[in-house]
Amino acid sequence: MQNRNLSALILIIVVTGLALAVNFAPNNNFLGRDVSVRLGLDLQGGIQVLLRSADPNATPEQIATAAGVIEQRVNALGVGETVVQRAGNDRIIVELPGVANPEQAIETLRGTGRLEFIDSQGQYLADGAIVRTSSSPNPPQLLESGTVTDVNSLGPIYQSITDGADLDTSAVQPTFSQGGALGSRPAVSFAFRGESARRLASFTAANVGRPMCIVLDNVVVSCPVINAALTDGSGVIEVTTEAERNQIFNKLKYGALPVPLVIETSRTVTATLGQESVAASIVAGIIGLSVVAIFMILFYRGPGLIATLALLIYTVISFAIYRLIPVTLTLPGIAGFILSIGLAVDANVLIFARLREEYRRGRDIRNALELGFVESWPAIRDSSVSTLITSIVLFMFGNSFGVSLIKGFALTLGLGIVISLFTAVIVTRTFLRVVLPLFSDERAWWFGVDRRETAPAATAAS
Amino acid sequence: MEHLVRRRYWWFAFSLLVILPGLYMLFLHPLITTGQFAIGLRPSIDFAGGALWELRFPDTTPESLTTDRIAQAFAVGGFENAQVQLSPTTVDGRTVAAALVRTRPLSESDPNSEIEAVMKALTDAFGTVTRERLESVGPTVSAESTRSAVIAVLGASLVILLYLTWAFRKAPHPVRYGVCALISMLHDVLVVLGIAAILGVAIGLEVDALFLTALLTTLSFSVHDTIVVFDRIRENLLNRHPAETFDDIVNHSLVQTLPRSINTQLTTFFTLTALLLFGGDTIRNFVLMLLIGLISGTYSSIFNAAQLLVVWEHREWRNWFGRGRRDEAAQAV
Repeated sequence: MQNRNLSALILIIVVTGLALAVNFAPNNNFLGRDVSVRLGLDLQGGIQVLLRSADPNATPEQIATAAGVIEQRVNALGVGETVVQRAGNDRIIVELPGVANPEQAIETLRGTGRLEFIDSQGQYLADGAIVRTSSSPNPPQLLESGTVTDVNSLGPIYQSITDGADLDTSAVQPTFSQGGALGSRPAVSFAFRGESARRLASFTAANVGRPMCIVLDNVVVSCPVINAALTDGSGVIEVTTEAERNQIFNKLKYGALPVPLVIETSRTVTATLGQESVAASIVAGIIGLSVVAIFMILFYRGPGLIATLALLIYTVISFAIYRLIPVTLTLPGIAGFILSIGLAVDANVLIFARLREEYRRGRDIRNALELGFVESWPAIRDSSVSTLITSIVLFMFGNSFGVSLIKGFALTLGLGIVISLFTAVIVTRTFLRVVLPLFSDERAWWFGVDRRETAPAATAAS
Repeated sequence: MEHLVRRRYWWFAFSLLVILPGLYMLFLHPLITTGQFAIGLRPSIDFAGGALWELRFPDTTPESLTTDRIAQAFAVGGFENAQVQLSPTTVDGRTVAAALVRTRPLSESDPNSEIEAVMKALTDAFGTVTRERLESVGPTVSAESTRSAVIAVLGASLVILLYLTWAFRKAPHPVRYGVCALISMLHDVLVVLGIAAILGVAIGLEVDALFLTALLTTLSFSVHDTIVVFDRIRENLLNRHPAETFDDIVNHSLVQTLPRSINTQLTTFFTLTALLLFGGDTIRNFVLMLLIGLISGTYSSIFNAAQLLVVWEHREWRNWFGRGRRDEAAQAV
């Protein structure tokens, strides 16, 4: 008996100590692992989008390739805790927390990155104009309205000289163009391979002195005049600003997307709103926890104090686990945690109510305590399992939804159930056993038990 | 305290009193007001598709901001029929004019130019306008969400029912426990949906993904409470005195679990109320629905689920419609 208490006590101290070490790890680094608290988009600001292939006949392989390209582009942004994930057959979820201009970032990411040179028939097309090309005659930008009945009304189709698939991505580099009328300007170098390189060479050789338009994802970037033939299929694209250059570079560097993507769902939250939410939830959490603690101590006295201690350990362990897994905390996730405080207390309430009852029936305190634990176990187990089932269903549901909010709630609630089983059953029981030698009938009040009333069960049965 | 079971029809009547107005708002109200059959819930953009803009107007006094002026600015920006709701907030002790605006979804291929057009129209009308939140859900996604929502509710109910039947396999008539738990779960779903329908008309409460989460959590809490009560009944049945009737056993099982039910209810009530008061606007409706579901769940476990077991034990439904006639027959004789 004593041995069991001792080993349980050691277990509790070790677990709590580890949890504290994780929570207060210097620089949020615990044994080489980053254990900083991860805040969801709704708390730190950022954007979540659901991208879908604009082409309904896209194959799963194309979507997988697209997700891979987007992931590389996202990594190149240098933002932490990003998510690029496939959802269902034809969707990709992208999450970018804490980006200054989220919509613009997403625009860059989903740019198809199809670089084309078109034969503009000697015209200078305006920068930013949307054009139809022979390799991409129906850009999604033009088909958006859905009311297009006659595709010929959309404008002429320009002949593509190069095919985006032939771009040699290893040759794509940020650079500065040398000289020229406008001096040194930011630029991106490129090179085509194979058939495209040969076509570019022959076209430029035949049209020196005439304009040729550079088109990226059906948008005209510029229409420079051909000064000399690009015999090896390589050259530079000049732009005005470095930001513009970085966008084009990012679109081209990791290759073209095999299918154009449209934004089906987007959710943006600013950092300001997120910070206000964090402050509000911390206040709510502290107040909720304190009220529960006061209530438990007033109602159950000694055991209530022990339950409060168990609750504190519960909170410490929960946060350590959130940091270790890591669980991304969202607003509903915090609600799930605060709700699970109520559940963690519930197990203790069940045990204490049983303890009181058994003591009133005339059992000695030791027996009453052990019986309290044994008899309340089936109810604790069954109710925990049913809540666990719900959180698993919610988690799966949140997955199919593509809404990280619901998943956050399900995860913290489900973890709460499991952790509270440990704290309510092992921690409370051990602490109660440890303080048991202090019990005497005169001190019964401190233990929140008394024999003054007869058991209600006896009245009902008589 | 000994009359909890005897008064069972009073408890059922109280449940009906809460549920019937909700049912009216859910099914009859839309039929009467619009002449068409519909469910009386206001779907949010999660289920109906559309865009939600949360805007702040630091240069405008809250008094001078009207819904019409905002809707007009949105129309200029290309979004006709914007639904505007003013929601002034406090930032650093100062009241800032703010609004929630619901519009059609953003363009799928070129959302940024649409956002720019709206922000330009707003800035022209109100000076500085900040966009705190913008959510846009396309029609395909919202339709799929609605479908998976229904699957989630049905799936969770079924799994819980199966588990319950299994957990009570040693008690006599295990299926009764499952069915009674299911009926009390249905009770809670109707209470929450009904109140959501009423609040939808009263304060414009919208049913979103979080509402659904609250509904599913209500289910699990309802079963949670029912299990604790049923567990005590099961235990007392196994240690039954020969003189005890089924009614006595259910009654004193209820009396025994009452302190626990009330105390747990109170602790969760405290934490949720703290969230409701201090937890911020975004999750206020979510927490409110959780709170209603929680109260309903505790009520139904004590006053419906356990009482239904007694009704079933006596097969009282045989008397529900036949009683009057039999009394008349007795008088005639």
